[in-house]
Amino acid sequence: MSSDNPRESIVGSKAPQNKTRESRMGEGVDNRFNSRLREAFGSTPFILTKFDKFMNWVRGSSMFMLQFGIACCSIEMMHTYAVKHDLDRFGSGVPRASPRQADVMIVPGTIVSKFAPRMKRVYDQMPEPKFVVGMGSCTVSGGPFQEGYNVIKGAEEVIPVDIHVPGCPPRPEALVYGVAKLQERVANGESAPVTVKPYELERFADLDQDEIVDELAKEIDEETLVMRYNWTDSP
Amino acid sequence: MSTQKEELEIAEGGVDYDALEDRLGDTAIDRESHVNAEGFVVRPDEVQDALFALRDDAGFDHLSLVTAQEYEDRYESIYHLKKFDDPTQEVSVVVPTTKDDPVSQSAEPVYRTADWHEREAYDLVGIDYDDHPDLRRILLPETWKGHPLGKDYDQNKPQVVSFKQHANPLKQDHKDAESDTMFVNIGPHHPATHGVLHLETTLDGETVADVEPDIGYLHRCEEQMAQQGTYRHQIMPYPDRWDYSSAGLLNEWAYARAAEDLADLDVPEYAQVIRTMGAELCRIAGHMLAVGTFALDVYGDFTAIFMYAMRDREKVQAVLEDLTGQRMMFNYFRLGGVAWDLPEPREEFFGKTRDFLDDLPEALEEYHDLLTGNEIFQSRCIDTGILEPEVAKQYSATGPVARGSGIDYDLRRDDPYGYYDELDWDVITEDGCDNYSRVLVRMQEVEQSAKVIEQCVDLLEDWPEEERDIQSNVPRTLKPDPDTEIYRSVEAAKGELGIYIRSDGTDEPARFKIRSPCFHNLSVLPEMANGEYIADMIASLGSLDIILGEVDR
Repeated sequence: MSSDNPRESIVGSKAPQNKTRESRMGEGVDNRFNSRLREAFGSTPFILTKFDKFMNWVRGSSMFMLQFGIACCSIEMMHTYAVKHDLDRFGSGVPRASPRQADVMIVPGTIVSKFAPRMKRVYDQMPEPKFVVGMGSCTVSGGPFQEGYNVIKGAEEVIPVDIHVPGCPPRPEALVYGVAKLQERVANGESAPVTVKPYELERFADLDQDEIVDELAKEIDEETLVMRYNWTDSP
Repeated sequence: MSTQKEELEIAEGGVDYDALEDRLGDTAIDRESHVNAEGFVVRPDEVQDALFALRDDAGFDHLSLVTAQEYEDRYESIYHLKKFDDPTQEVSVVVPTTKDDPVSQSAEPVYRTADWHEREAYDLVGIDYDDHPDLRRILLPETWKGHPLGKDYDQNKPQVVSFKQHANPLKQDHKDAESDTMFVNIGPHHPATHGVLHLETTLDGETVADVEPDIGYLHRCEEQMAQQGTYRHQIMPYPDRWDYSSAGLLNEWAYARAAEDLADLDVPEYAQVIRTMGAELCRIAGHMLAVGTFALDVYGDFTAIFMYAMRDREKVQAVLEDLTGQRMMFNYFRLGGVAWDLPEPREEFFGKTRDFLDDLPEALEEYHDLLTGNEIFQSRCIDTGILEPEVAKQYSATGPVARGSGIDYDLRRDDPYGYYDELDWDVITEDGCDNYSRVLVRMQEVEQSAKVIEQCVDLLEDWPEEERDIQSNVPRTLKPDPDTEIYRSVEAAKGELGIYIRSDGTDEPARFKIRSPCFHNLSVLPEMANGEYIADMIASLGSLDIILGEVDR
């Protein structure tokens, strides 16, 4: 097939479509401006829908993912983007290296105390509207490392998560399903409620005074942003 | 003196510990027996004397691991020494310190690699090292309170972690006539850092004036997890998650080898062949990822080579999935054997494996065309990121990183385990010491692994049906004798992966310490990058092939 000309199925359509095409697009319009989708709309050049519905459909159909690797799951995430599984088939396979260009953050791995404030900041840097897919058991609950002294018990303690994909690690097929589910929810205008009160980045001076804060007062400046982990409150 | 030195260095057929004890003289106040080697007990203020003597007079040039631990009545640091020429020659230096004043002399002037190790020991266990150049936390945040692997640590105590935004470097430096450097944070979220690594980089123009890796963003308490698990079943799933580049079986073997030697378990020959085959498949998967992501670092796009590498990894993962039931986290080894036999029908499995091996030379040819034969790639990689062999040894770099600097060191040959010594394969070394050599080593190691797998498949195909023992007799609950200590290592995808276990008579280890090859390999980065262009530093980091899960554990 030569790429010089559009496919037969697009330009070679027969009457009666041809007649409606001419009436709606005018005569002498280049064949390439026709399309299957255009044919589907028939003779009318207008569609009637709610703006919000249209926007949600657009959002769900073109998602820019944040290129974001944390742990083991990121290897399976790379496989999901790459040949064979090819997430791009679902309109969401463009990893962006900058959070400012991304709509969706896949959190692929264990979050530990040192990383959580950074992840929170990366999430904050993404423009609205933004969505999060938690990949793997670690982002659900801390997974196999839940009892660790340094491990955050789930991504939801730090940022709101829309879709949880369980597994250790989930297979690429599972991640594809998770992303497809997210697209479905976005297209329907649904979002996930935050179920736990997340750990927040706050000024050191705003923390409640207690033993550990007093101890650290010498080391940390009042204006520095900190995250305080109350391990016993974790679910 | 010289005759004594020769005597100590030759030591054919094992180390002459009595001669070593004579050489150490009064420095050694006691002698302990570990399963792998003898340990000399040294006073905390004479560590350097003892280590200098062992390094310079007895040839122990490889500080493999520093283990720190807390007993009821004392702290203890153990320096596990080996020789690059013969890693079966081992000796340990045991340094006890009191509970009230846990100060011990630093080994950093003797072995550079002790720098990071002692920082980790300080961070997790709480031993102070005198004379250490820069003793601060390495894995946990700077504001952390307490030492989590110490005995009286309360895990439920709240912690506060600061998010320090670095002051705008332009403000200070570019307006000040005195200074013309600029500070740049690379990571922890950055496409070139292969995960969550933070490089604190100071640039002078385009040249790296100083780079300091800041690790610990994936420190998920692997040692604590292992110390809470029972030997028989609960520890084995965790090694898969250290080096997670689908190299799980290699890591499982490190634990299996240490625990089997500790509890004195046999492994049937048939299981050893399966293990060898599985491990080499994992090595191919690991090296494919290394080559693919390195191309990503140097060319900077998800283009052909990355996709080809992923394609070949999919094939390896399919074979491994047939064998173990999982794509990445295999949990296939058991102490004393493997979990199950090859999948039925066996012919189909062998056919699939052979198909993969048959396609491999052509695929490698493709990589060579696109990568090593490419002029742009060559100009990026040849003579950049130089790592001299002497420096590599000082930092105890191992694996393809050491072999790319001409160090002929491979535990599969030098300290044989499994079925490797029965098979025909070669250790690959390259003398270039640059980024290019390290890539070449990995690509040639893929060929050698394929050779090993082919021989294993031949052996397994002809194995008589009645002799297919996959598992030896292992007690339901393993309780090794109290106070038995062992340090054993295997050649994982990134280098020497070692495990230290101390048992206390229960079914869980009292201390479980992991010697991670990536941890050492990453510590040489400043040596390779300082004074080079920043773009070359990114290439060097890629060529080290670090997996953060293994660096931080």
